[in-house]
Amino acid sequence: MENERYGLNKELAQMLKGGVIMDVTTPEQAKIAEAAGACAVMALERIPADIRAAGGVSRMSDPKMIKGIQSAVSIPVMAKCRIGHFVEAQILEAIEIDYIDESEVLSPADDVYHIDKTAFKVPFVCGSKDLGEALRRISEGASMIRTKGEPGTGDIIQAVRHMRKMNSQIAQISSMRSDELYEAAKSLQVPVELVNYVHENKKLPVVNFAAGGVATPADAALMMQLGAEGVFVGSGIFKSGDPKKRAAAIVKAVTNYNDKDLLAKLSEDLGEAMVGINEEEINLLMAERGR
Amino acid sequence: MRIGVLAVQGAFIEHENILKNLGAECVEIRKSEHLQQELDGIVLPGGESTVMGKLLFELKLFENIKTRIENGLPVLGTCAGAILLADKIEGENISYLGTIPMKIKRNAYGRQLGSFAAEQEIKGIGKFPMRFIRAPYIISAAPNVKILSTVEEKIVAVEYGNQLALTFHPELTDDYSIHKYFLNVICSRT
Repeated sequence: MENERYGLNKELAQMLKGGVIMDVTTPEQAKIAEAAGACAVMALERIPADIRAAGGVSRMSDPKMIKGIQSAVSIPVMAKCRIGHFVEAQILEAIEIDYIDESEVLSPADDVYHIDKTAFKVPFVCGSKDLGEALRRISEGASMIRTKGEPGTGDIIQAVRHMRKMNSQIAQISSMRSDELYEAAKSLQVPVELVNYVHENKKLPVVNFAAGGVATPADAALMMQLGAEGVFVGSGIFKSGDPKKRAAAIVKAVTNYNDKDLLAKLSEDLGEAMVGINEEEINLLMAERGR
Repeated sequence: MRIGVLAVQGAFIEHENILKNLGAECVEIRKSEHLQQELDGIVLPGGESTVMGKLLFELKLFENIKTRIENGLPVLGTCAGAILLADKIEGENISYLGTIPMKIKRNAYGRQLGSFAAEQEIKGIGKFPMRFIRAPYIISAAPNVKILSTVEEKIVAVEYGNQLALTFHPELTDDYSIHKYFLNVICSRT
């Protein structure tokens, strides 16, 4: 699996570190995101909050709409396909997308199998709630991981939970005796080689971003202080009162996530944040899709 | 030797790890206060050039860094860093630090499917494993800019006095010869 293309794909994720990837639905929004300092955009027809509100089946976006966004910006363009829907992924590869998000935000197409991502040249990012999910996706060929969080809610609790869980499991693996790693691999249901990597390097073999529920500069900085290497912001920006200002503030908060004075300034006067949905009020837990 | 590493976005930790390994002290530059110290060199890493360019201005780093480079502060710019150093960007009216008289093209090999690896000779350094990630290339450079390497007839490495600009990512390999050259030759000249 460790071929040259996979290496280059992991390295693109490394270049995105310390940056903010923003959901956009139109070329105009993509330009606003780029001007605000997004390091990449996620092209989709409806942002997660609207997907949640609309209900029904949610699918890959129209390739024409994605191409419109590709020609509007110079930064990388990502797009989502349904979990297990390898033909949607083939279509996204055909239009030379920079990254495919095999995403629980869309309706899953397969409730057993994820896409064999090693069969593709374009890179994949996948969501995970814990180390086991992350390493399973990596063994399937994902070259970047993000927390699942709970998309479209503006509630950070799940992303925090997933990041903390990941960190504590990595710490646990790192402190094990090497003869304990086989059992760890068995209970995590992942290849022992990946467990060995985590044991030796005290980190995932790929970049790990935070996603799902980030709505404010403080949320973004919280995830960075918890160890995220960058942040996805979905509904948080274009569902808020002043997208341009909020987007730029979140970008700066991710760069200077430890600077409380700057964070205080960035949090001022941002207008209305997206209307959130509390964890208890959610009927559909997207994070439970795909394990 | 103390090297500043622009740490507003991108693969700056990779540079720091190599520089520390070679015995240099690294300081991260994220805001203007971080520039209020003596530096023996500065690294502009790979990442997204639009993001770094914007943050250079908004975090008030731009003037200080530009002036210091013009006054001889040694600089290593890789990929996005090379774009920041070019005084012309193909098809665009803007440039960033603009301290090297050369014209560069963003995403010159296309999207991620166009990313590739190559091994090529660099003048004064030797054969080097190059990683090109959505890379730019240098279309042309002024006669006094020294061309160090080309890949398929495209310029990928130049030296201009105190400035070293590469369109690939030496921070992604375990060959430290470019960082050694930066520390031992360029930073030691001043």
